[in-house]
Amino acid sequence: MSGYRLSDGGLTDRGTTLRFSFDGTAMSGHSGDTIASALLANGVRIVGRSFKYHRPRGLWGAWVEDPNGIVDVAWNGRTTPNLRATTEPLINGQEVRSVNAAPTAAGDRWRKLDLVSRFLPAGFYYKTFMWPRWERYEPRIRALAGLGRLDPGHEPAADCAQVNARCDLLVVGAGPAGLAAARAAAARGETVLLVDDQDAPGGALRWRGGTIAGSDWRDWAEDAVSTIKAAGGRVLFRTTAYGVYDHGLVCAWRRREAGPDQLWRIRPGRTLLAAGAIERPLTFADNDRPGVMSADAALRYLRLYAVVAGRRIAVATNNDAAYPVAAALAQAGADVSVLDSRDDSLAMAECALAVERNTLPSAALGQEDLTGVLAGDLRLEADTLLVSGGWTPTIHLWRHAGGGLRYDERLAAFLPEGGMPAMRVAGAANGAFGLAAALADGHAAGGDDGPAPPVGEGHASYAIRPAWPDPAGSGRAWIDQQSDVTVKDVALAAREGFRSVEHLKRYTTLGMATDQGKTSNMAGLAAMASITGRAIPEVGTTTFRPPYVPVPLPVIAGRRRGQLFNPPKRLELEGRHREAVAGLREYGGWLRPSWYGADGAAAIDAEARAARRAVGLLDASPLGKIEVIGPDAAALLDFECYNRVSTLKVGRARYVLMLTEAGIVYDDGVVMRLAEDRFIVSCSSAHVAGVRMRLEEWRQDRFDPARVFIHDATAHWATIAATGPKSRDLLEATLPALPRQALDLAHMAVTETALDDAPLRIARVSFTGERSYELSVPQSAAAALWDRLTAGLATLGGCRLGLEALLILRAEKGYPIIGKDTDGLTMPHDLGMTGPMKKREDEFAGRRALFTPQARGADRRQLVGLAVDESAEPLPTGAHGYAPSGGRRRSIGYVTSSYLSPELGRPIALALIENGRERLGERIPLVHLDATFEAMVTSPVAYDPAGMRLDA
Amino acid sequence: MFLIPCPYCGERDQSEFAYAYQAHVHRPKDPDRLTDKEWADFVFIRDNPKGVFAERWIHAAGCRRYFNLMRNTATDEILAVYRIDEPQPKVEPALPATPSGEAPIGSGNDAVKVVKPAERGS
Ligand SMILES: [Zn+2]
Repeated sequence: MSGYRLSDGGLTDRGTTLRFSFDGTAMSGHSGDTIASALLANGVRIVGRSFKYHRPRGLWGAWVEDPNGIVDVAWNGRTTPNLRATTEPLINGQEVRSVNAAPTAAGDRWRKLDLVSRFLPAGFYYKTFMWPRWERYEPRIRALAGLGRLDPGHEPAADCAQVNARCDLLVVGAGPAGLAAARAAAARGETVLLVDDQDAPGGALRWRGGTIAGSDWRDWAEDAVSTIKAAGGRVLFRTTAYGVYDHGLVCAWRRREAGPDQLWRIRPGRTLLAAGAIERPLTFADNDRPGVMSADAALRYLRLYAVVAGRRIAVATNNDAAYPVAAALAQAGADVSVLDSRDDSLAMAECALAVERNTLPSAALGQEDLTGVLAGDLRLEADTLLVSGGWTPTIHLWRHAGGGLRYDERLAAFLPEGGMPAMRVAGAANGAFGLAAALADGHAAGGDDGPAPPVGEGHASYAIRPAWPDPAGSGRAWIDQQSDVTVKDVALAAREGFRSVEHLKRYTTLGMATDQGKTSNMAGLAAMASITGRAIPEVGTTTFRPPYVPVPLPVIAGRRRGQLFNPPKRLELEGRHREAVAGLREYGGWLRPSWYGADGAAAIDAEARAARRAVGLLDASPLGKIEVIGPDAAALLDFECYNRVSTLKVGRARYVLMLTEAGIVYDDGVVMRLAEDRFIVSCSSAHVAGVRMRLEEWRQDRFDPARVFIHDATAHWATIAATGPKSRDLLEATLPALPRQALDLAHMAVTETALDDAPLRIARVSFTGERSYELSVPQSAAAALWDRLTAGLATLGGCRLGLEALLILRAEKGYPIIGKDTDGLTMPHDLGMTGPMKKREDEFAGRRALFTPQARGADRRQLVGLAVDESAEPLPTGAHGYAPSGGRRRSIGYVTSSYLSPELGRPIALALIENGRERLGERIPLVHLDATFEAMVTSPVAYDPAGMRLDA
Repeated sequence: MFLIPCPYCGERDQSEFAYAYQAHVHRPKDPDRLTDKEWADFVFIRDNPKGVFAERWIHAAGCRRYFNLMRNTATDEILAVYRIDEPQPKVEPALPATPSGEAPIGSGNDAVKVVKPAERGS
């Protein structure tokens, strides 16, 4: 026999009937049910199969503590795996499936596996499937022992907002202690944020009831909530504070009835933890039988959902808190008997039911379902056995925050010890069991020195006699139902030397399941204490780590997915590029045109040719535009750059390298001097943030910050580059107002002028080897300038130039891209730039490192070109050049860039090759993914080695 | 996520800051007088203590100024914040030394060596 719903009572809305199915069987429930309460009301006993042995499992708990009710839920065409039936609201149309069971939980085809369980002890898989390789066994074992199945078609929306909040006092838990504390703090004018994972205030009052301040607890709770709100505070239900992180940050998962879930990141002044306590199981043979349930959970099912767990109920307890449960179920019509480990107690004396004293169950009877209870010689018929092994305070967040613990012998529980300025614990979580104690503790924690609200009669104090697992007990007694760990597994771990509680956990997987051992950790460490002859506090607890409950990943990810995962920087002219059918890709964090037109390969080829023959127009806006201003600007840049900057004349530009202190090339760029005390560092677009940080570092650390200033104007200016022999013609034709002297600018010269009342900076800088003009204007003037320039392209046979063609053009000229054609070992002389290190005597970043034996070695990898036959395919980028060495291949470097040059009509490549400049003319073998090649080492400059075209 | 008190702007979320490097590592005045090993030590060798550590941060998405802070690397407690031109303050780290080791009960992780006040300096 099993659970059923009473004809009235409970908090569900009986007016609405919700249809759902479990393992294919149609069932119904009400609005306000959880999946678990609906299953219980429909008489379902077996809700799943255990993880390892495929034993039948029923509901043990009614909320986050339940280890067994894990289900896959299909709804609206999508399946969400591994939901917890006890906390998941019932929704009309849900198709609920048990996990690790096929075809159904009750008829699982692996149910006989348990018969060979004695061959499957803790560590069995590690010991048995070592040879020859674990991977050979893993897939089948995983399929046998696992949880729900992923639905590949279910990609949850990226719509969970992340909310940042501050408050004077964060109260976690809206039970009596939390409400009393929040109410007291709010009454003193504090801004309180009260969060609770249930959908209404009251905590355990909701099923245990009570009278506070002379009336029903609901009136008092309602008043507390209004007091908090009136003082400017907030109350969030269905909200689980699941972790405490650095510097007191509390993260909470808020579920909402309408709209997506939220992640709350809360920075409280102080936190009060009033999270209550969780009932512990009792440990006896076959204590995992469906029908064995937490006593408190049974009361919760009765009061909230009007569901009675069974008809013939035995209640086994070692403490007073199970007596109200027994009484309530008897009143609801069940046939209830009580077993108590103790001889006497206040609650026992007041109990109207028959109590079997000094007795605890030794075994649960029955196979797939409970039929009775064995307690020594006593044999009791029962379809349901409710157990209470005492209470474990919920101190997870306290431990996340680093709070201490002590073991309280009287309560048989770990309690918070010592103080933390930012956190306190109150109520049952603090060992203040019983309504009066919890209220008083919370009231004081909220800062009220006066008397706490009085409570009504009938709330007996809490008394317990510990009942820990008996290692000598017969049969298999479960400690962790979700991970399938028994007392014998703990004993085995102890025998094999895994005596530390952390080792015990990892060896047996005790407490490692999705319930995180909420009901099993205490029993596990108590068993280890008993087996190894130590006291419980000597064994200690494992480390408490967030999250307190499983939090869906979409809640943590929030909106940072898809394009928002790492948003690219966008060009002012992106719309213009799209109109010109640009293929847009990310380059160095910017979304930039790769080419223009539908056929990428053809477009790249045509664009590269046009730039060599006529003119190409490039949106070069991401180029760095870091202004360095002030009397010490030149000195700062002398230190920053490998090449001397202070000797630069006003109106001139210079190509520079920047080195790390290890002498490695960090970036390259062009420095322009606009005035004696004003420079622009035009570094590569991907390195702008890094160069800016370096400049700031030197400025603040080595210079007088009042005499030099860094202003990164990269985002303020658009830069359009016209490159090619007809670039000057393009400017002349489309910008007739441009002063003559701007057109006549020499290579590596720069000038500031104006165009249509907007400032315009023109620099003769070339990244293609052709005559080039870089035109920089404020973003607001970019579109007009682009439109005028593009209007003149067709007449001249020019075109828009995408990044891919540009990459070919610069490779033809042997211009390296730092980070692509260089690596973490490349120094300036490896690129052939030896001047400054020979000539400069003043200090600059990285200088000393250029004079170490390693820097001067004869085996350095240097930038060279590689030539292959005209008819050959381009070399694969990444292919290694090698030298035969004792029958093996020794790498002498690798290909860094490789293209088919449209202008030269043959493949070109750049490579870092050991001692490469000595090898000019040498043919070297290369290898890539088992294919071999041959190439001749050449100068990196494949096109126009004399540089005649810069002024063509 | 840390809450970092920028000496110029006040408390801000860690996402506004970037860690730079160990504080009080001064660039040698005359690198030419250094041996290769001394230069390499300056470039590459840094302390990695469990406990109090002086480190330089930059308020990158804020005032963009560098500053130093002293942090207990075991607990992430920030013990002091000061300008880069100020001397390193004397701080007494509040024990416990580790979040997992301070309580007589708590972690059963025997592998964590807890530094007790009496053991320091020995
Ligand atoms: Zn700041």
